[in-house]
Amino acid sequence: MSTVLSVNDLNVSYLGNQALTGISFDLDQGSLAGIIGPNGAGKSTLIKSMIGLIPSDQGNVRILGESVNKIRRRIAYVPQRNDIDWDFPIHVLDAVLIGTYPSLGLFKKPRKKDREWAYECLRRVGMHDFSNRQIGELSGGQQQRVFLARALAQKAELFFLDEPFVGVDIQSEETIIQILKELQSEGKTILVVHHDLSKANVYFDELVLLNKELIAKGKVSDVLSSKLISKAYGNPLAFMNEREVNQL
Amino acid sequence: MNFVDAIIQYEFLQKALITSVMVGIICGVIGCFIILRGMALMGDAISHAVLPGVAISYMLGINFFFGAVASGVLTSIAIGFVSQNSRLKNDTSIGIMFTSAFAAGIILITFMKSSTDLYHILFGNVLAVRPSDMWVTLGIGLLVITVVYFFYKELLVTSFDPTMASAYGLSTKLIHYLLMTMLTMVTVASLQTVGIVLVVAMLITPAATAYLLTDRLTLMIYLASGFGAVAAFIGLYFSFTYNLSSGATIVLVSTVMFIAVFLMSPKYGFIQRFIRSRKIRSLEGEM
Repeated sequence: MSTVLSVNDLNVSYLGNQALTGISFDLDQGSLAGIIGPNGAGKSTLIKSMIGLIPSDQGNVRILGESVNKIRRRIAYVPQRNDIDWDFPIHVLDAVLIGTYPSLGLFKKPRKKDREWAYECLRRVGMHDFSNRQIGELSGGQQQRVFLARALAQKAELFFLDEPFVGVDIQSEETIIQILKELQSEGKTILVVHHDLSKANVYFDELVLLNKELIAKGKVSDVLSSKLISKAYGNPLAFMNEREVNQL
Repeated sequence: MNFVDAIIQYEFLQKALITSVMVGIICGVIGCFIILRGMALMGDAISHAVLPGVAISYMLGINFFFGAVASGVLTSIAIGFVSQNSRLKNDTSIGIMFTSAFAAGIILITFMKSSTDLYHILFGNVLAVRPSDMWVTLGIGLLVITVVYFFYKELLVTSFDPTMASAYGLSTKLIHYLLMTMLTMVTVASLQTVGIVLVVAMLITPAATAYLLTDRLTLMIYLASGFGAVAAFIGLYFSFTYNLSSGATIVLVSTVMFIAVFLMSPKYGFIQRFIRSRKIRSLEGEM
């Protein structure tokens, strides 16, 4: 598999504090990778600086062999749920329709085929029955599925998701992970910020373990070795129960 | 004399009516984006910040439109600069910058002429609208509506999810300053109808009224401009009939509409909320 994403010596500081130091790793096409690490490890910062939402002090990121600015429209980004104003006057289908905006260009308005495509994406996440609801009327998991549908509508090659499993019901969680795996089998590359270690081995094939610097990157089973985890978290059992540790 | 007869008879009243209805419409349109972006204070700030520009334009003998737009846009850039390059929060930066601009404007105006000018700029005097003012207002109105129509997509996504907007390469800053420019132009158009001090009411109150009635942005924009236009019409009626300040009557009419909707909106109204919480409580009581 070819490398679609490479991060080289990325350094990011935030209000004078060093948030990330010397991050370097590559990701192959068709990876489904998780970024994990303790609170304040810089997981969201990493994903945001990779796509240029936060400026970096040093280092560079190449995606599909180009700098990010050139291939923005081939990336779909799903923000954290609490970054969104859920009282905004917008219906579910219209929120998904925003996913078609990047490819429409200036002054063009979405047409009927764009609405149909948005509806199709909504159906794929099982939320088509809710297309005329105001977005704030949905549960956390349903909201997350709608935002995944919006990312699907972007027809991207790379997907960046920030904490998609926080405050999500089991059915939504299963839908989301199933769709991510489908995307992976279509050859898309997916990078997910994930808050804890539980289920990391179920969700992902690869892990990027982070605590302000890169602790490890590789296959889930290798990264979840207790030595590396203790290096990142300070305590090997921090976020796992006994049964999960035994399974490793 | 009856208001309708007076409109038919007096040209000055027709101009006043056309101008204020246009102001009501465009304030409603821009106001929707202002309140959805949580920028009510910014609306107040920019409207005050046009004062020095208006004064300088009078001194130079040019149309006050140019000076006002320049000082409004410069103030919004200064606000952005201070809040991005210091630890101060945005509202603090707004508070410093717009009061400074406003104070400078007051001093410039006192150098200029009599104090009645200042009074009219601050509180509006729609019955003194000249034909050229009416055309400026109509021109601005047309421009603002056209810009919102063509940039609707960009305005929507940067208001709803600015992170996604910049992730796909849209310059949220550019859209912000575009909106600030339109806000300044709307303020200029409103100078004679409601005046600087009360423009913010026309931006916020009709938009807020519409927000309590719908979950669709397009409908919210239509409703807000409708409420703005109706407030302008009824307000002008009271202003003319009882010889009251036009800005104040227009604003109070829109406040009355807001209160009615706040209480009675079918989905987001206070009474509906009250009934719903009573129902839930009585259901809990039965269990």
